Parts: sequence; structure tokens; C-alpha cells
Amino acid sequence: MYCASARTPAACKITPPYNIRMIAYLIRRLLYALPILIGVNLLTFALFFVVNTPDDMARMQLGVKRVTPEAIVLWKQQHGYDKPLMINHAAAGAKQFTNTIFWQKSASMFVLDFGYSDDGRNISREIVTRMGPSLSIALPTFLAGLVIYVSFALLMTLFRATALDIAGVTLCVMLMSISGLFYIIGGQFLIGKLWHLVPVSGYGGGGFKFVVLPVVIGIIGGIGSSSRWYRAIFLEEIGRDYVRTARAKGLSELQVLFIHVLKNAMIPILTGVVVVIPLLFMGSLLTESFFGIPGLGSYTIDAINAQDFSVVRAMVFLGSLLYIAGLILTDISYTLVDPRVRLS
Amino acid sequence: MKYIAGFLLLTLLTACDVWNNPYPSADAGKAILYTAFTERPKHLDPAQAYSENEYAFLANIYAPPLQYHYLKRPYQLVPQAADSMPVITYLDSRQRQLPADAPAEKIAFSVYEIHIKPGMHYQPHPAFARDAQGLPEYFHLKPADLNDIHAPGDFSHSGTRVVTAADYVYQIKRLANPQLHQPIFGVMSEYIIGLKEYAQTLQQTLKKHPDDFLDLTALPLPGVTVVNETTYRITIHGKYPQFAYWLAMPFFAPMPPEAERFYAQAGMKERNLTLDWWPVGSGPYYLSQNDPNRLMVLSKNPDYHSELYPAEGEAGDLPAGLLADAGHPLPLTDKVVFTLEKETIPYWSKFLQGYYDASGISSDSFDQAIQVTGGGEASVSGAMQAQGITLSTSVATSTLYTGFNWLDPVVGGCGRHIPSPQSSPLMDESKQSDSTCNPERARKLRQAISIAVDFEEFISIFANGRGIAAQSPIPPGIFGYREGAAGINSVVYDWVNGAPERKPLTAAKRLLAEAGYPDGVDEKTHQPLVINLDTTASGVGDKAHLDWMRKQFNQLGVQLVVRSTDYNRFQDKVRRGDTQMFYYGWNADYPDPENFLFLLDGAQGKVNHGGENASNYSNPEYDRLFNEMKNMENSPDRQLIIDRMLTILHDDSPWLWGYHPKNYVLQHGWLYNVKPNVMATNKLKYWRVDAKLRDERRAQWNKPVLWPLWLGGSAMLLFALWIWHVLRQRENARSLQDNSPV
Amino acid sequence: MNFIPVILWSDALVFLLLAVSIAALCYVRRHEHLLLPWRRVAKSRVAMGSLLVLSLFLLVGGLDTLHYRVALNGHYSPEVLSVFDKLAEPLRLQTEKTYSAPLAMTLYAMESTTDANGRVVRSYPRLKYGGVALTSSAQRNGDISRRATLGALAGLFIAVLVLLRVKRGALAIVIITVLIGTTVSLSFAYHVLGTDKVGQDVLYLSLKSIRTGLIIGTVTTLVTLPLALFLGVAAGYFRGWVDDVIQYVYTVLSSIPSVLLIAAAVLMMQVTIDTHPGWFATSAARADLRLVFLCLILGMTSWTGLCRLLRGETLKLRELEYIQAAQSFGVSSMRILSRHILPNVMHIVLIALVMDFSGLVLAEAVLSYVGVGVDPSMISFGTMINGARLEMAREPMVWWSLAAAFSFMLVLVLAANLFADAVRDAHDPRLNRT
Repeated sequence: MYCASARTPAACKITPPYNIRMIAYLIRRLLYALPILIGVNLLTFALFFVVNTPDDMARMQLGVKRVTPEAIVLWKQQHGYDKPLMINHAAAGAKQFTNTIFWQKSASMFVLDFGYSDDGRNISREIVTRMGPSLSIALPTFLAGLVIYVSFALLMTLFRATALDIAGVTLCVMLMSISGLFYIIGGQFLIGKLWHLVPVSGYGGGGFKFVVLPVVIGIIGGIGSSSRWYRAIFLEEIGRDYVRTARAKGLSELQVLFIHVLKNAMIPILTGVVVVIPLLFMGSLLTESFFGIPGLGSYTIDAINAQDFSVVRAMVFLGSLLYIAGLILTDISYTLVDPRVRLS
Repeated sequence: MKYIAGFLLLTLLTACDVWNNPYPSADAGKAILYTAFTERPKHLDPAQAYSENEYAFLANIYAPPLQYHYLKRPYQLVPQAADSMPVITYLDSRQRQLPADAPAEKIAFSVYEIHIKPGMHYQPHPAFARDAQGLPEYFHLKPADLNDIHAPGDFSHSGTRVVTAADYVYQIKRLANPQLHQPIFGVMSEYIIGLKEYAQTLQQTLKKHPDDFLDLTALPLPGVTVVNETTYRITIHGKYPQFAYWLAMPFFAPMPPEAERFYAQAGMKERNLTLDWWPVGSGPYYLSQNDPNRLMVLSKNPDYHSELYPAEGEAGDLPAGLLADAGHPLPLTDKVVFTLEKETIPYWSKFLQGYYDASGISSDSFDQAIQVTGGGEASVSGAMQAQGITLSTSVATSTLYTGFNWLDPVVGGCGRHIPSPQSSPLMDESKQSDSTCNPERARKLRQAISIAVDFEEFISIFANGRGIAAQSPIPPGIFGYREGAAGINSVVYDWVNGAPERKPLTAAKRLLAEAGYPDGVDEKTHQPLVINLDTTASGVGDKAHLDWMRKQFNQLGVQLVVRSTDYNRFQDKVRRGDTQMFYYGWNADYPDPENFLFLLDGAQGKVNHGGENASNYSNPEYDRLFNEMKNMENSPDRQLIIDRMLTILHDDSPWLWGYHPKNYVLQHGWLYNVKPNVMATNKLKYWRVDAKLRDERRAQWNKPVLWPLWLGGSAMLLFALWIWHVLRQRENARSLQDNSPV
Repeated sequence: MNFIPVILWSDALVFLLLAVSIAALCYVRRHEHLLLPWRRVAKSRVAMGSLLVLSLFLLVGGLDTLHYRVALNGHYSPEVLSVFDKLAEPLRLQTEKTYSAPLAMTLYAMESTTDANGRVVRSYPRLKYGGVALTSSAQRNGDISRRATLGALAGLFIAVLVLLRVKRGALAIVIITVLIGTTVSLSFAYHVLGTDKVGQDVLYLSLKSIRTGLIIGTVTTLVTLPLALFLGVAAGYFRGWVDDVIQYVYTVLSSIPSVLLIAAAVLMMQVTIDTHPGWFATSAARADLRLVFLCLILGMTSWTGLCRLLRGETLKLRELEYIQAAQSFGVSSMRILSRHILPNVMHIVLIALVMDFSGLVLAEAVLSYVGVGVDPSMISFGTMINGARLEMAREPMVWWSLAAAFSFMLVLVLAANLFADAVRDAHDPRLNRT
């Protein structure tokens, strides 16, 4: 269908249609992702069980008071930790590998079934409910941030080599040199506690007011490094020949900047930006735990503190999956921005 | 001009509003109690939950037979679901009844007969829903029926039913259910007749039919029997007066078998619909919203009518207004909203803004809010007084101590270590130096350290006076604690001018020299004395603790090495006896000295017996006295034995006794009937709020400060205008340049 | 001799780093084309100013790295001290009971004391060391301004001495010397930045934190560098299966959220440390090893970015004609790598290293918050901020620990960032075409 409507049928024969190439590419990349995910899984598994024995996990879950050895055995049995870690010498054939903690806990993840956390909750369900809050902070931060950073960088580029530019860069470096913790502590203190503008922390149904502060703080925290980076990209573009040509055509500085520079700076910007989009789901560890936002970031922190292996492993898996998705998205976005780029 | 007027109007309008209210504005004016929880509960099943943060919810949802009187002190058990206190009958080994004053060794069985109040009802729940034929409506659900169900409230029907004695018996059976985590099965199986065998029976049944629902109603438990609709009996081995305290814990609350059957249906667990997540209770509240990542809401159980606000209390309660609501049906609020608040700063800020009604000052971050006045009385600071915030104090029935490991050759009591297969070779090596162990020397060393570590200073720095230095494991308010000169630890304190005074450092140094370490250096080997302290401390502010501790030891010239580890490793070390000193704490299960003194019972030794005696202390005389004291009723005789035990402890100093923390609760002026009660966990039903006053105060305290917004906005606007202006100038200049002849 | 020098693991690594830097310096001095960009750096006033600040930090960190143990009755004290500790002895030893505000002469909170008549009065107790010479609070302002002026004058004098020899950057030198002079002069009689919860001088804590920050920022690169360099260049040059394997490894590592990876590795390391208490003679050695491990782990998680950059650059380089020519002449791969590839990617490495430094210093604070940072007994910006979080909730607020950590970190990271910028600008071939 695609071919029939194309103006030059000959070209069709040489390169397969775009959407078929795309599907082939996607399949190849997904196959490529499998060994990576297996590697990630092995690594987390190894790291975790070098530290913890299943007994430790049981004790962690069972609390301090009056924990008997029987209770520990029972807990391990109930949660499937009563098997050997990697290789089951007692079993025969394929069961040597499948009847182990590693296999039993990992295999199902590849179909996105994360099983139950060590305290008995359904992890997939938890992830689904927590994704919303995470996104409601991360997405506005990302989008508004992108707009603000790029405009700020454009402004600095527009005024390059003037006092405004120098002041801007200095401001960026200053902002970069402050630890993210200070932004959060300071923001809560000033905006929440002194000025009573928004709730200090919390998260409510459809609450715009809960989202404002974390988003503002998130944006301010990233302004330094991002704006500076975009500025560097724009400056590099503006030094190129086509910009000189455009100027010679009599385009105003603003037109040059917005029409030509911004468009051509797209590829380097996309490299850095698209890869993080899927990771927005994971939320932010610091922001979420400070503001009491029930997202995936605070889930992860809690799991680390509680040494809940099932959750940590699920989050690592999810993180890697989203990262790989980000890489693929980046490649695809190149072809959309610049048709000369071919997927290979 | 018009715009400016509009702006002003807008400012005025918005200024009246409160912007930072974290709750829906529709909830204004309702009798809702707002409080916070800092950690999500792991278990909400009364057979499995055993920690304070879980009881904060459970104790208000489930109604065990007994409870602690809210107002009276010392702590006293009163009926809750029972209509009177249990009737106890003692039997000898041949099942013959004995008089109430029979000697303990003759008593082979005690029978507790409990009458519950008739007509109590469970919370509304779909497990009780009945269809037109009167049959359970939701007992044969298909997975598809659950598609839109996320909480029990999502079912279209619910029902309730009368609480029966059989439900109480059912719950006791659940304590032995091997499918559940059973924290008190170990203790209870020693007392309740047949419980141990019952667990085995259940295990076997499970093995035979692993996929079937385990129906406990079909399997009788001999020690627990139903007498009639409202009466049941529990038979226990021997005499165990502390058993009544257990009856006040949710472990012994009623559990309808329907609930377990309901949740056992396929598809429930995947949706987190379990008894461990959605309780089914007969208490004053029920859990109506369960989002432990954010919010837990308890709503008033519409079928709870069995309890009134107590009519009598302590002497000071009437003037304090604590009896104003006497005779009102409980609970006094319609809803309790618990918000998750993991970080202390937001918690504290929100309390000051009026969004929490009360705040426990559990973290030491709040302590500057408190001023300890002349007589040692605490009060809130001036600014908070102006807000109408008041404070109530109580000493917690817990003790935070630093134990010496009795098995350690340097600081220990030359206790013997029975090697276990798990112990590392390294540790066995250290234990072989037992021959060099000299009990007298170690005792002097421990005593010296006990004097040198100044817990009065610790309390004033880290708790701002929120605690009292401990003289023994027994905190005030527990039988066996002695006020005044008789109660002091004579090894560490002198009684001076009517108050205990810590012995001077010179005394500690003298003891240290007598122990053979003059100025912290071993006489024989000339090696400096190094002591290791194990702790799990690695969090915020713990560094200060450890620095302080090191400072205390430095005064003696002894080097303290702090080995902080994660929780698991620490537990592991304590279990293996691989420590020298360690931080530990104990929260009482019930207000009885036995619950504290057993922590030092030799038979409870952690390493050799896996018990709760983490320092592995053992002293035959102490153990003998403990066994004698254990099952006695409170009496002067018991006090005498306890005194003797404490003297042994003081002399041996197996712990730095540490301190008993004080609980401070801050509350706003609109909250009534708050009296600290460290034993009762079901206090919420007594509290009352004046919602109108609360709304007024909140509005008054939280006027948004708008000038920064205006300032920021105008600055941005000016900046934009300036940029625009500069750009225009530039363009003009350029076009001029382009047009001008070169 | 009444002390024994102690070389902790991190000290050894710092010395190694120092040796490498000196060797690199000598090498660069002998090659004019390598020296050229550094000349450009030297011309930048901002760069030199920040270098001055940085070198002061390095001085403190360096002095704090020379460790020793004092002899006690023929045996060595288990307490490990550094030359800096000795120099700042008054600051270290003059501890108060608890909080006191900067330049205060009393504690921050009131306490009840019994006066001569046996009555209980509430008052602010005087400090043991801060402003002891004063008899009343009325004298305090005068005393402070007198001392401050004296210190400032001394600083000015030193600045003049320095400026006799160095002609440039007068303003920066004057500001710095005056600031130091004032601080030193005041710190003889006061706690310039107040005291913390257990009465330790916050100025001392802030200065001690510098070493931790510097070590995390620098030692980590010791791990990152060889890994990234070797693997990145190898992947780019050899391609084929080598490239595949290396790409696989770094994709796996970088696809795991780094906090999780660090947390897991730190927990693992902690277990190792705990199960081998015999390894450490002193608690300082224990805390130090944890720091070194933390650097290792941070290095393990941060080499992937640089590796990827180097791979890309090498891929480009190997297609260049002179390398193709060298290959066809049968020059060995090793020789091509060391002679042609390595020198041509060094500027990328240098830029990455200086840019990473500040990020690592900041990361330490966040990791401490998550609970997987340095040992809690180790003084660092992270532990300071972490402790100070709770102080913000006090009433009245205790702000100085946070403020001190904030300013010291800001100055350090700002200086590092500015210097890194200058280095990058000077070394970036794209910016130096004109």
C-alpha cells in the first residue's frame, strides 16, 4: 500500500518500506535486549545473595520479638526461599536449574509477572498503582523543565558573549554546585512552612497543590546543568556555515535561532532527552520520599531499607527494561527528526 | 487603575483561603481525627501482627476480651468485649478444683472462663452478606466477578452478624495455623493446653490436602472450648497470672470464620484482598481505606454500641476535663485519617500548621519544642503555647540499654559458650581465651563503665530531658520499681540531698585501676584497653550518639570502637555472641516485672537457648529468684524478691541500664480527652475533636504569604520587557548597519 | 620519636594519585603541544582564581591525609590523627556540651541550674571555650570586631607579601587571605561556625569533610580511568566480538539504576567488613576502607559513560588515513594504540575527569541520605547534611551546620566546576580552531 502511493516505484524495490524496516529493527533490538536483561538479573541476584542469606531475609521480615527457628524455616518455605540458590544438586535433569531460587524468582519476570514481595503483597499491582503518582511528578517536571531549560539556553545563546550570557552561565554553575538535598529542604521550608503556599508534603487525589512544589524544585534543581548543556549545543550549531548563510539571507537573529539552530540541534538534544522518558516511570528517589509521594521511587527506597529482595529485583528489572526502551526510542526519534538517518 | 483594583480584590479573596490544606475541603467541620503513621504496617491480621505500628490500627479495629483502663493508674485491666473480668479456676493435676489462694506449685491447670457482651456486631463486610435465600452471597465467586473489585467496599452488598464465643475460640486456633507467621505461638503453646499438638495436627492436615481450605472449625482444640453462645473457656498449664494481659492484645480478638473463607477464594490474593490487608473486626472502627503508601482511614463501625466513656479515673482527671465525656457512647469521632509521613520535617511542619491533631514527639528532632522548667516539669515553648498546644508526658514501659556480652572474656562474666555448628572459627578462637577470664576483674570494669557513661547527660543532650536514667530494667509504673533512696543503683549512684547523684569519675577510675587497667592500659600486657560497641546505628543523627559514647569512654582512657552494621548482621552477631557491648531495647508486652526481668534470665540466653536474654547473662541465684517470682501475684513478698534480684543485677552490672524514655505527646487545643497511656493502644476511641475551632485556627495560621509570588512575577515581567526592548534595539541597529553604505 | 606514621588505604591511593599527577606533569612539561592548552588555562582569570581556592582545599585535604598514631606508655594509641588534626587541635578538642550558635558565648538552649541560694533558675549556660575570656555579653560584640579586624589586617599583610611576588589576581588573593585571617583569629576565642549536637566545632567538621569529598572525587577516577580507557579503546579499535562483549557489559551495568547498584554493592561490602573485624587495627582504618570501597563502587558505576565516549572516538580515529597506513605497514596493534590512539583521546579523558569530580562530591551527600554513603563515624558533607536535616525541624531552628556544609560544598564544587570549564575550553579542539 505504501509502495503503490509512492511516486517512484523503483525506489520501493531497493529499500523495503519504512514500517517493515521499523518492525524488523524493533524485533532485532528486542532480541538483543534479552541477554542484557538476563545479565542484569544475574548481577542483582548475585549482589543480593552475597549479602543476604534467605535466613536473614526471614528474620528481617519476622521482626525482633520472639522469633523462633521454626518460624524462619516456615517463612522460607512459604516464600519459596527454601531451595538452593543457583544449582540444585539434589534434583535431576533440567530441574537442577529450574528448581532453584534464581530460576523460580526470575523466569516469571520476563513475562512481567513480578510475583509477591517478601511481605506478601502483589508487586505488579503495587507498580501499577504507584506509577501514576510517580508520573504526575516526573512528567510535568520533565516537560516544563525541557521548555524552560531550552528557552533559557536560547536566551543565553541569543545574548552570547554579553554580560547577560556570563551572568547566566555563572548562575547555571552556581545552581549546579548545590546539592539536590538543599533544594528540597530549602523549598519545603520557604514555600511550604513560611509562606503557606502549598502543603509541605503529601499526595492527594487529583491534587494540583501537592504537585506544584516537587515539580518546581525538580525544575530548579536541573536548570544549571541542562541549560548549560543546551547552550553548548546551540553555540556549536550557531558557528556552522548554514547559519551564516541564513543570516546573509537577511533572516533576523530570532528567526535564525528558532528556525535553523533549534531544528539542527535536535539530534544532540534527543540523544540526551529521549532515553530518560521511559525512566520517568521510575520516579525520583529523593523527591518522592521527602514529599511523601507514593510513587515507585519511594517504593524502591523502602525496599532497599527493608531489604525486600523481591521488590528490589523487580525494580531493577523494570529499570533496565525502561532504559532499553529508551535507547530504542532514541533511535526511532532520530529517523523522525532527520530522515537521512537509517535504522540499522 | 481598574486592573490594580482587580488585582487587589483578587489578593483579598485569595488571602482568606487556605492554600496548603492537604485534606479535601469537603471534610471541613467533620468529626475527623487527623494523625500520621511513619511506617507502613506489615501485618493487619491479629494473629500475625506484633509491633507497635501495626497495633496503632489493629487495636482500634479488633476487640479482644480485655483492655487497659484508659484513665486509671497504675495500669489496670478492665473488660472490653467481655462483660466482666474472666473467672479463674485453679485445678490440681487430677482436675480437682483448688481454692483461689492455693500455692502455685500445686496448681496444675488454670481455667479462664470468659463471658462476652451479648449483641456485639462485626463491621459491615461482604463476607457477611446474604442473598435472598439467606445464604452467603459472596462465597462462590469466580475470578471474573472480581474484575472491578479493589477493596471490600467495592462489593455491592455487605452484612454483619453477632459476635459469638466461637469466634474467639476460632482466633485462638488460628494462632497455631502453620500457614501464618505466628509470633506468639512459641509462648502460648507452653501454656494453652493442646496448642502444640494442634499445630502438628494442622500441619498433617495440610500435608494431606495441600490445596484445600484449612477449616479450623472442624478441628477441636482441647484447651479452648465454647460453653455457650457468649461464654468460652481457656485452660492453661499451671498458674500464669500474666495470661490476663495477653487477653488484652489483638491476638485474642474474635475472628469470624466467614472472613477467612471469603478471602480464601481464588483471585483474592492477587488483588491484595487478604485478611492481612483488610481486617474484619468488631471494634469501634473499621478500616475503610487502605492505601499504606499514602493514607489509611478508619471509619466508625456503625454497629459498635457496646462501650461508654469511662466514668471514673485518677484524682486529677476531673479537673483536667478528662471526665467531661463520661457515659458517652464510644467512639467519639466518626473517622480517623492516618497519613503516611516518613520524614520528620514535614511531619513537624504540618503539626504546627494544624494539620495533625496530635504529634508524638518520638524523634529527638522535636525536643527543642519542649522546655523543662525548674522542677523538672516539661512544658511547651512560648510560641507554641500561644498556638494553644499542650503537652502530656508519661514514662514509656520500655527500656533502652547497652548490654555487655556475658560470654566475652574481657567484659563478660566468664559465661560458657556452648559451641554451635554455625559459629565461625574466629569466634571460637576468642572464646578459648576463657582461661584468662577473671570474673572479678570484668565486674569492676563493667561497674567503672557504668559510672562513667553519664546517661543524665545523654538524656539532656539527645532527649532534652525526655527520659529518666534507669536504675534497673524495671521502669517506673511497673510493679517492683522503687522510688527514692531504696530504688537507686548503689553501684553507680549515691543518694545526696534527696536525689540520686552519679558517682564521680574518680570512683570509676579507681574501679578501673582495681580491675587492672589503670588509665585504660592493661597492667600486664601494657596494651590499651579497647572495647567494641556493636550497633545498628547508621541513620541520621546516629553519628552524634556514637561520638558522645566515645567521649564517655575517653574520660576513662578506654578506647571505644564502634562497629555499626546493618540490622541483619547485628542480629546475627548478637545471636552468635560475637559482640562485646551492644545497644538494645525492650518494649514491654504487658506491665509486669516478669516481662523485664526475664530479659536477664539465664534460661533465656540468646546464644545457648535462643531466647531474649541478648547479653547471655546468667547467675544461678538470680535465675532461682526469677523462677520464684515469675508466677507470683503482686505482693510485698514479690517486691522483696525483686529487690534481691535487682541488688544482684546492680552488683553484676550486665547492662548499662540506660534510660527509660518518656513519651511526650503534643496536642492542639481542639483535641480533648488525651491522656498518655503507654499500655493501651486503642486510645483513639476516647479522643474528641472540636472541628469548628480547628477550622478557624487552621485558617488563621495558614494565610498564604503572597508577596513572593507578586515579586517574582513582576521581576519576570520586567525582565521579559527588558529583553524584548534590547532585542528590538539590536534589530534596529542591524538593519541600520545593513542599509548603510560600506 | 613519639608517634608512628599510619598509611590508610585511601592515603596510599592519594599518594599514588599524586605520583601519577606529578609524572603526568613532568611529561606535559616536556611536550610543547601538550603544554599549550594549559597555557590557555593559565591565562584565564576565573580558572586561576578557582585553582587558588581548590589548592587551599587540597592543602587542607592533603594535611588531613598524613596520618599518625601517638605513642602512649610504649604503645600506640588506637586513635588515628592527621597532621591537620594536630594543627587544628584547639578546634578538635574544645568541645562544648551541645549546640551553640556561631560566635556565641552561651549554649543555644536554656538549662535549669541551681544558683547560690539553692533556687532553680533557667538561663543560658556559658560555654566552656567559646568566649570564656569575656565577663559579660555586652563585651562580646566589641571583642568580636576587635579580633576580626586584627585577623583581617593580618590577612591583608600576608596578601601584600604574596602580591610582592605574584602580580596577578590581587582581588582574589586579598579576599581569601582576609577571610582566612579573620576566621583563624576568631577561632582562637570562639566557635566561628557554632557547635553541633555533641558540641563539636562545626568549622572543624567542615574542614574535615573536605578530605572525604576530595577523596571521593579523585580516587574514584583512579578506578574509572583504567577501566574506561582500556575497555573503551579496545572496543573501538578491535571491534568484532571484543566490541560486542564490552558493549554488553556496559549496557548491562548502565541499565541498572545506579542507586540500586550502589546500594547493593555497599551492603555487600559492609558484610565483608563486618565479617572480618580482624582486618582493622583502628576504627579509622575501618571507616577508611569503607570509603575506599565506596570510591570503587562509584567508579564501577560511572565508567560506562566515559567508556562509550572513548569507544566512539576510537572508532572515528581508526578510520583515519595515518592509522590505516600504520596498519598496512604492519605496525603492531599495541604500538598503534599507545602511539596514535591514546594520545588522541587523552583530552576527552581529561575533560571527563574534571567534569566528574563535582558530580561525585555531590553524589556523596545523596548516598548518605539513602543510607549507603560513607561510614557514619566518618566526617563528610553527606553526614553533616544528613544530621542537619533534623536540626531544621528544631524550634528555634539550628541552621549553622547546614549553612556551613552548604557553603563549603558550594565553594568547593563551584571552584571545581569553574576550573573544569576552563580546562575543557582549553582542551576542546572544536573551540580552539581559531
